[in-house]
Parts: sequence; structure tokens; C-alpha cells
Amino acid sequence: MRLAALAWTWAWARPGVAALNLALMALGVAAMTLLILLSEQVQHAVQRDLAGIDLVVGAKGSPLQLILSGVFHLDVPTGNIPLATLDALRRQPLVAQALPLSLGDSLRGFRIVGTEPAYLAMYGATLARGAVWAAPMQAVLGASVARETRLTPGARFAGSHGLAEEGAAHADKPYQVVGVLAPCACVLDRLVLTDLASVWAVHEHHEEPPKSDPPHEGHDGHEDHTAEAAAREVTLVLLRYRSPLAAVGLPRWVNAQAGLQAAAPALESARLLRLVGVGTDVLRVMAVLLLVVAAVSVFIALVHAVREREHDLATMRLLGASAARVAVLVALEALLLAAGGAGLGLMLGHGLTQGLGGLLAQDRSLAVSGAWWSMDEVWLLAGTLLLALLAAALPAWRAARLDVMRLLQTSG
Amino acid sequence: MLAFEGLVYGHPGAAALRFPDFQAPGPQPVLLRGPSGSGKSTLLALMAGLLTVQQGRLAVAGTPLEGLGARARDAWRGATLGVLPQRLHLSPTLSVRDNLALAYVSAGLAVDHSRIDELLVQLGLAELARRRPGTLSGGQAQRVALARALLRRPRVLLADEPTANLDDANAARVMALLAQAAAPADNGAPALLVVATHDARVTAALPQARELALPVPLEAAA
Repeated sequence: MRLAALAWTWAWARPGVAALNLALMALGVAAMTLLILLSEQVQHAVQRDLAGIDLVVGAKGSPLQLILSGVFHLDVPTGNIPLATLDALRRQPLVAQALPLSLGDSLRGFRIVGTEPAYLAMYGATLARGAVWAAPMQAVLGASVARETRLTPGARFAGSHGLAEEGAAHADKPYQVVGVLAPCACVLDRLVLTDLASVWAVHEHHEEPPKSDPPHEGHDGHEDHTAEAAAREVTLVLLRYRSPLAAVGLPRWVNAQAGLQAAAPALESARLLRLVGVGTDVLRVMAVLLLVVAAVSVFIALVHAVREREHDLATMRLLGASAARVAVLVALEALLLAAGGAGLGLMLGHGLTQGLGGLLAQDRSLAVSGAWWSMDEVWLLAGTLLLALLAAALPAWRAARLDVMRLLQTSG
Repeated sequence: MLAFEGLVYGHPGAAALRFPDFQAPGPQPVLLRGPSGSGKSTLLALMAGLLTVQQGRLAVAGTPLEGLGARARDAWRGATLGVLPQRLHLSPTLSVRDNLALAYVSAGLAVDHSRIDELLVQLGLAELARRRPGTLSGGQAQRVALARALLRRPRVLLADEPTANLDDANAARVMALLAQAAAPADNGAPALLVVATHDARVTAALPQARELALPVPLEAAA
């Protein structure tokens, strides 16, 4: 039997109290773990989805909306812009790459994005099956889309009008699946990708007049196709700069064009994360409070334990233990409880994150996994142990200063 | 083995206790007697190194204690002394075996399981090794405490009122064990037995013992 084993035995001398403290510690650590894992994965996902996109150009509207719709595919777009804009942007000397995106239709809630194959290359996506589209009306499915719709290369599907699930189907213009992407843990996972021309093909011969569009698709108003015969349109253009210098002039140039709006994803997503950050901070304070309550509970338990076992501790002194050794024993008791609680809490936190990831996946939003490990968890563990040491400080000091002589003459 | 000279100890807020000079050169048992208030407990605590010598000289098992720091006294006590406290102080949450192991854990040593087994057998406790102290009879508990005191082959064995709560049969048994422990059969060096008592049965059991009688304190006598 070693000192740690003795501390463990004595910690469990009152199983109810030990279990309570273990549970409190575990809950506090689990809450912190959940927060760490979520915020880190959200940030990572945002960084991943930015994928070096320097500027998003779209119709006038909120810059944040432009980013949310164009980069993260979470919001509705601000409207359409003429296809000619794409050529104008490509002629700009500071633009290294300009990628058009055409939005408007969806497949069971997954967006159908008309674009160019370079969009796949931007995220370094690879095909799990099939090939990239070679002609209009051919589609490549993101990994999550393929998993949920169970469509495989060769299958046909009809897109529905609008980004919501209940839009009218374009049954007359079915798409053919030609490829399925390997999971990339990025926004492509939940997109249906096709040629830019597919979106035009679907809508150019649209027979329904636009005024018959159901009112719930009000967000779709900008994507009005009344001017079908007019110039072709895209929804957004994603830009990559040739040089950082472009950031100085290019957004200004874009904003000066009639009907155009530029938004820098890095700036807007930083703004977004700051907004989310306020909420996370509140939750973090709650989690820290939970940990402090756990530490106070450990403190109270130790004060009682030292009083209850003062005769045992005096006996240890009689058997040759120094005052410091007795203090270490009390501190070990707190450390073991904290380590056990932290271990349980980490497991619980990862489990909760995994569960939440499942819920979010059903929502077709962020990809969150419980198998994510963060450096901050090491700090969390260290902080928990430090908190336990703080809780043990006073009881350990009292244990070291026990009046051995008096205790040995009184009954235990 | 035990010697003190000019030993004075003052508890805060009380008159200083002055102890008569004493010398026990060999392993001849010592009986410590004295009325309450005479400083018997204080002298035992001083000999155990639990209190710091304030004035005078005190040597136990050849070690002068007045020069030793608190930490050094703790280590010395564990290695040199076996103490049988009056109230035994077995830990109620630990088994008999773990109570014995506590002697090693306290000193930061690896637990010597064969030595524990040896003493459990020697004191007839082998059957009780897994029991908790609360389930033992008074005599059994006393033997466990004695085993704990003897584990590390002490050179001095301090016993405080070892027969106080025992009937005649058990008292005789404990005294026989103490005498036997002080003169071990296993070729170890004999230990000096110091017994604080005012029980006539102890005196009868140790006829060869020297007596150290503490006087009634002055102010009480006055």
C-alpha cells in the first residue's frame, strides 16, 4: 500500500461524499470540455470553409449575409449579379482566381450549386466515386448529401425551386448524378455541385410565371427569373487575390459598381465569431462556476475528513510520518478526486459533443465530432488539479499542524 | 539506552515541569509512575520526540534528542521507537493488515509483507488480518497495536497504560507479550521497555524493572 492508495481508500471511506464530489468535478469539466470542443471546431470549420477566399462579390445587401450564403451556405443570397461581372473581375490584374456560384435550387434541403470544377479544387476535395460533371445537368454530390439521399452515380433527381425543402420540383429537368465526393469536413459535404449552365438550363425554360411562386419563398424574390431572356446571371463570385495589395483597392472598386457589393470573409467571419463569442463567454463563466462549486465541495469534504481522521493522522505521525507527509496525504486525496472527476468529465464532454454533432448533422449545419482533441483540454486538466490543490491547502495545513500529543491521549 | 539530565518542560500558560535526572544504561525495563499532573504524558511525548526539548538533555537509544529538528525526530521515531498508545488508535477504515502496513506507509517505506505476516502469526492474529478493528475484542485490538509497534524492530518500546482496560487474563497476556517483545527470540537486539502505569499487575509482571517515580508537582504539593 502506497500513500496514494491510502489516500484513495480514505477518500472512499464516505462513498456518498466522494461520489458527489466526483460528480461535481465531472460536470464542471464536461461543460468546459464541451465548450472547448465546440468553439474550436466551429473556428476550425470556419477557417476550413474560408479556404483562401479573399473576397465575395454579390448583389447589394448585408456583407455578413453575403458571406453566410456564399461561403458557408447557411443564409439566403442577397440576389443575382450579371454574368458580365465575372468577366470584368477576371480582367482585374490583382485577381488570381474568380469562381462563379449560382444558387437557387435545392435537393431535399441540400443546396444545388452551379459552379466550375475549380470550386472542388479550392477545397482539395477528391471524388469517392464517379467523375466530375462534364456537361450541364450532371451533378456531383457532397459526402453528407450522398449518405442521406442514398443517391449513387447514375441516379436521377429533380431539384426543387428555392433553398427550402418545400419548393416546387423542377420535375421536367432532372439532374443525373455522375460523382460522389469523399468527406472533406468542409462545406462541400452538404452541397450538390453542378455546372453553372445547369442552373440556367433549369430556369431558362421555366414555364411557370414568377408571380405564381409561393409567398413563403419570399427570400427567393431576388432570384427573379422574369428576365429569362435577358443577360445570364450568377449569384456570387468568389475571388482570390494575386497579391495582398488587392485588399486595398479591389473591394472599393467592386462597391463602386452599380448593384455590386464586396465582402471580405476573414473580416465578416471574425465579426461573426465575436458575436458567438459573447455567448460562449457566458457559458464559460457558468462552467468555471461549476468547477469552483466542486472545489468548494471538495474543500468542505476535506475539512471534515481531516477532523474525522485526526486520530489516524496523529497515529501516522507517531509511526514516523513527518508533518509534510501528512499534508501531502490530504492533498493527494483532493488530487485523486480531481483527476477522477476530470477523467469522467472529459469522457462525458466528448460524448456530449458527439451527441450534439449528431443533432447538428440532422440540421444540415456544422460538422462537429466528439473525436476532436484540443490542447486546451490539457490546460483544463491542469487547472482542475490546481483548483483541487487550492481546495486542499487549508485542510492539509491543518493536518500538518495537528496536536499529536493531545490526540494520542484522547479516544478516537 | 535512556538518560535525561536537568530536563525541564513548560507548557504554555502552565508552570514548568522539572523531571528528576535518570539513567537506564541497559535493557532493564523501566516503570514510569507518577500521580496525574506529574508530567508523565509530557515525559513520554518528550521521549517519543513529539515535543521539543526546551531545557536540559535527553538521550533515547543513544540519540540526543535536544539537537534534533522536528523532521529528523519524525524519521528517528519511526525507525527507533515502538509506541503502544493507551487508546491504541487503530484506523477504523483500514483492515488489520492495512493498519500494520500504515507503519511503513507513514515512514515512506515499501511495505514489508513478510514481516507483517511474521508478526500476525507470532501474535496469533493471522485469522484476523482482513477484519476491521471495530470487529475485534479489546485484547485482539491491543495485540494488533502491539504488532504495529514491533514491525520495524524498535530499540525502545514505549507503552502507555497497556493494561488499563483489560481483565486479569488479558493483562497478564499483554505483559507476557511485552516482556517477550522486549527480548525477541529472533536474535534481534533486546529493546528497552518503558511502561507508564499505575497498575500493580504491571509491577508484578516485571519484577526486575527499575522504577522512575515522578514527584507530585510543587504547586500541587504546596
